[in-house]
Amino acid sequence: MDMKSKPPVGWNGTTLKEMLAASERRFADTGHYQGLAELPIADRKPLLFERLHLKLRGALVSAREVARNISASPIVKELGELCFTVFTPEGDSVTLSTGIIVHVHTMSDVVKFMIRNDFEDDPGFAPGDIFCNNDVLAGNVHNCDIHTIIPFFWEGELVSWIAGVTHVPDVGARTPGSSPVGPMSTYDQGLTIPPQKIGENDRVFRAFRDMYKRTSRTPLLLELDEKTRLAGCVMIRQAIENLIREEGIDTYKQFMREAIEQGRRSFIRRVKRMLVPGRYRVPSFCDVPWENERGHLPQAAVNTLMNAPLEFTVNSDGTMKTTLDGASAWGFHTMNCSPSALQGGMWVMMCQSLADAESINDGAYFAMDQHFPRGSWTNPDNPEAGTAHAWHFLWSGLNGLFRFLSHGYHARGFIEEVVAGYGTTTNILYGSGLNMFGEPFAATNMEMTGAGLGARGCRDGLDCSYAMWNPESDIGDIETSWELWEPMLYLGRTVKPNTGGAGKYRGGNALESVRLVWKSQQAVFQHVGHGMVHVNCGLFGGYPSNTGYRRSAHDTDAFELIAKQAPLPTNDHDPEHSQVETMIKGRHIVDDNALTLPEPYSDGDLYVSVIQGGPGLGDPLEREPAAVVKDLAEGHLLPRFAERLYGVIAVQGPDGAWHVDVQATAARRAALRRARAEESVPVAQWLATETPRVQNGELPPWVRRMYQESIRLSTDWGGEFKAFWGIADGSAVYEPAAKK
Amino acid sequence: MSEITKEILDRMIDGRSSWEELVAVMRADKEPDRFAKYREVLQERATWRDRILLPIALHLCIVQKDDGARVVKCDCGHEFGDYRRNWKLSARVRVRNTKAGIDELYPHPMGCNPEWMELREYFCPGCYTQLDVEAVPPGYPVVFNFLPDLEAFYAEWLGEKI
Ligand SMILES: [Zn+2]
Repeated sequence: MDMKSKPPVGWNGTTLKEMLAASERRFADTGHYQGLAELPIADRKPLLFERLHLKLRGALVSAREVARNISASPIVKELGELCFTVFTPEGDSVTLSTGIIVHVHTMSDVVKFMIRNDFEDDPGFAPGDIFCNNDVLAGNVHNCDIHTIIPFFWEGELVSWIAGVTHVPDVGARTPGSSPVGPMSTYDQGLTIPPQKIGENDRVFRAFRDMYKRTSRTPLLLELDEKTRLAGCVMIRQAIENLIREEGIDTYKQFMREAIEQGRRSFIRRVKRMLVPGRYRVPSFCDVPWENERGHLPQAAVNTLMNAPLEFTVNSDGTMKTTLDGASAWGFHTMNCSPSALQGGMWVMMCQSLADAESINDGAYFAMDQHFPRGSWTNPDNPEAGTAHAWHFLWSGLNGLFRFLSHGYHARGFIEEVVAGYGTTTNILYGSGLNMFGEPFAATNMEMTGAGLGARGCRDGLDCSYAMWNPESDIGDIETSWELWEPMLYLGRTVKPNTGGAGKYRGGNALESVRLVWKSQQAVFQHVGHGMVHVNCGLFGGYPSNTGYRRSAHDTDAFELIAKQAPLPTNDHDPEHSQVETMIKGRHIVDDNALTLPEPYSDGDLYVSVIQGGPGLGDPLEREPAAVVKDLAEGHLLPRFAERLYGVIAVQGPDGAWHVDVQATAARRAALRRARAEESVPVAQWLATETPRVQNGELPPWVRRMYQESIRLSTDWGGEFKAFWGIADGSAVYEPAAKK
Repeated sequence: MSEITKEILDRMIDGRSSWEELVAVMRADKEPDRFAKYREVLQERATWRDRILLPIALHLCIVQKDDGARVVKCDCGHEFGDYRRNWKLSARVRVRNTKAGIDELYPHPMGCNPEWMELREYFCPGCYTQLDVEAVPPGYPVVFNFLPDLEAFYAEWLGEKI
């Protein structure tokens, strides 16, 4: 190469590329991060170690809390969809703030991408530089998460990277919203910012700002989010400068490395303390039922069933192996994932449960080995694969991670940590058009963070309060978050009964909202959920939570009812006896197609948003009858299901209070158990009748296609599938489908 | 919390702990002897004498038989056979793969579409407790949830003879 190289910015006169290679070599050779067999600060000066850790973490948390006030987007300001982190020069995360911590790992991939692709030479790394990325190919979950990354220099050496991320409300895709569902590839999913330098001397280039503002439907919100990220990074830089002045540069450098090795060791200690070595299988599924959806190109207008055969192996040395071998193929939609997103997703779940939350960093990542098959939705082999709503498959595909951990916790007796899974944060309401002020709007309503948590080991799941990707999230105030942005009034926001899965302990229920379109001159709205399959699964005999559904009403008499001061529906409640349908005249749409394209709405139309509950745990017949009656009294359970699900006969007194009929309940439970005996067969007998059906491929076409894809792409899963059903190699039904 | 006693564990297993007690347990360090205490509690509650090696699900434990066999056993005493073979293959199953069957459990349309997914309820042949529910597409092989490495667990993690 005759390219004139810039002087290296790594430590002791090396390049960052050399530092990264050396770090990887030391880990491969010794199994310790940076080869650190001993931790002089952490082991011999624990108070100093703790002081450094707390000061750095405190700086990150306070930068996040201050900077979020710059943003005008409710997603950042109210829901807290932002996060900051500090990396080593090689891009390994040392510590992080609270918030959407999934990005600690994705931004680590971005730093490594820049190092591996010689950004040190072109454009070079200098103090005051600003870098940006939202590209999944470098490291991200989806393009609405925009990263700002700055280098931190001390005496001519790049000592750390500081990075921040926010989730922006619109990326200018073919359809509106932060995580658009409707585009079919990279090329219509909106803003792509591959890793690049976007500023110098702490100032963002005007050309860059003009570019993204012209792309998004919400330009001002993007601009303020950008200032949020940069301001946070600069605050953290100042804090690190102070820290180094107080403690010395050599101490800081050594601390960063020890913190990661400490994180790795702490993770392995937790694994050995709380889990059991062995193999855990926790598959889940997701539906994209678009065969009859007009508005798609033919390659996207198909029914897709996603297979996520998630498997974990806990090794006897406390390390862990994850595989998604057998995952189905990527498709023409925006729900494909990158390995970086999957790693980030697993990481965000691990640190809510297994890892020590206070000292979490990339150390946990170094204790895990992962396999995501090329060509599958987990690792597309074509850059065309869209990822703008990767969370759709991530939420469902990773649900089993909590089931895996819970099997381990339960076996070790840590039943207080057991959780059956979670409700995915769907339905999502997206929309765009002109709002009540006559101005363009794009909506991503994130009250879907009011999903239900799965049932726990000795208690029901949390109602209306859990989002896997941001456990601190908030549903946002109706008046100050959502009604200000969306030309829709809330007629009501309530707990939706029967959304949590049944069980000895039930899953947490979720929210539902009824919205009235109001003063919009032109608007489209969309349902984004899972209508065909349960994307979670109960644990130990509990049932999965609800699937989504679509309900809307068009050309209604809502405004006449308002003029007459007549009652309006505040919820849909029981979809078999819908309040919306009972109280509102108009053209009603209700079905299990919960994943639509944006559809036109006019003033007076109603949109119902049903969010997902959490899965249940344990046999529902073991639920305390008193708990069932409490659910009836509080509106968590539709009365006819007390008997069907729980065998509880409850009677309502004249005062409206529910009481258990103890004798009738005992008799009903005995009868349900007898029905189980009569209606079940030995599994061997069931398999005998099922086998020829599967062998002959007598399955719905989308199910058969899923198996064909999984068999084609897997190394082991396909063989096991064929062996289980006695399918001969070369069987026409499961012949690998032609490659796209 | 000073000590997580067997009484506390007993209450947790029965779902009788107060929220305050549970929060204290969650906040406390994860004690190294939890497994030993927990296994004692389960052993005292069992209606049979086989030695419990590892609980693998609610109501199901791997136990050591006198003849050396290690089998999956239900609280009711029913035995499913060697733990290395999926216990579900020796269970009874009821498959909900019709609209009517699914609508019994979920108000329509809040349950899965049977052309995409079925619910398989696995029962113990001894007591008809529902031990597991699979939510899988038709034709999905029976899922082997958890295969522990008992030898490594006892020898390397607990430092005990199995
Ligand atoms: Zn039994």
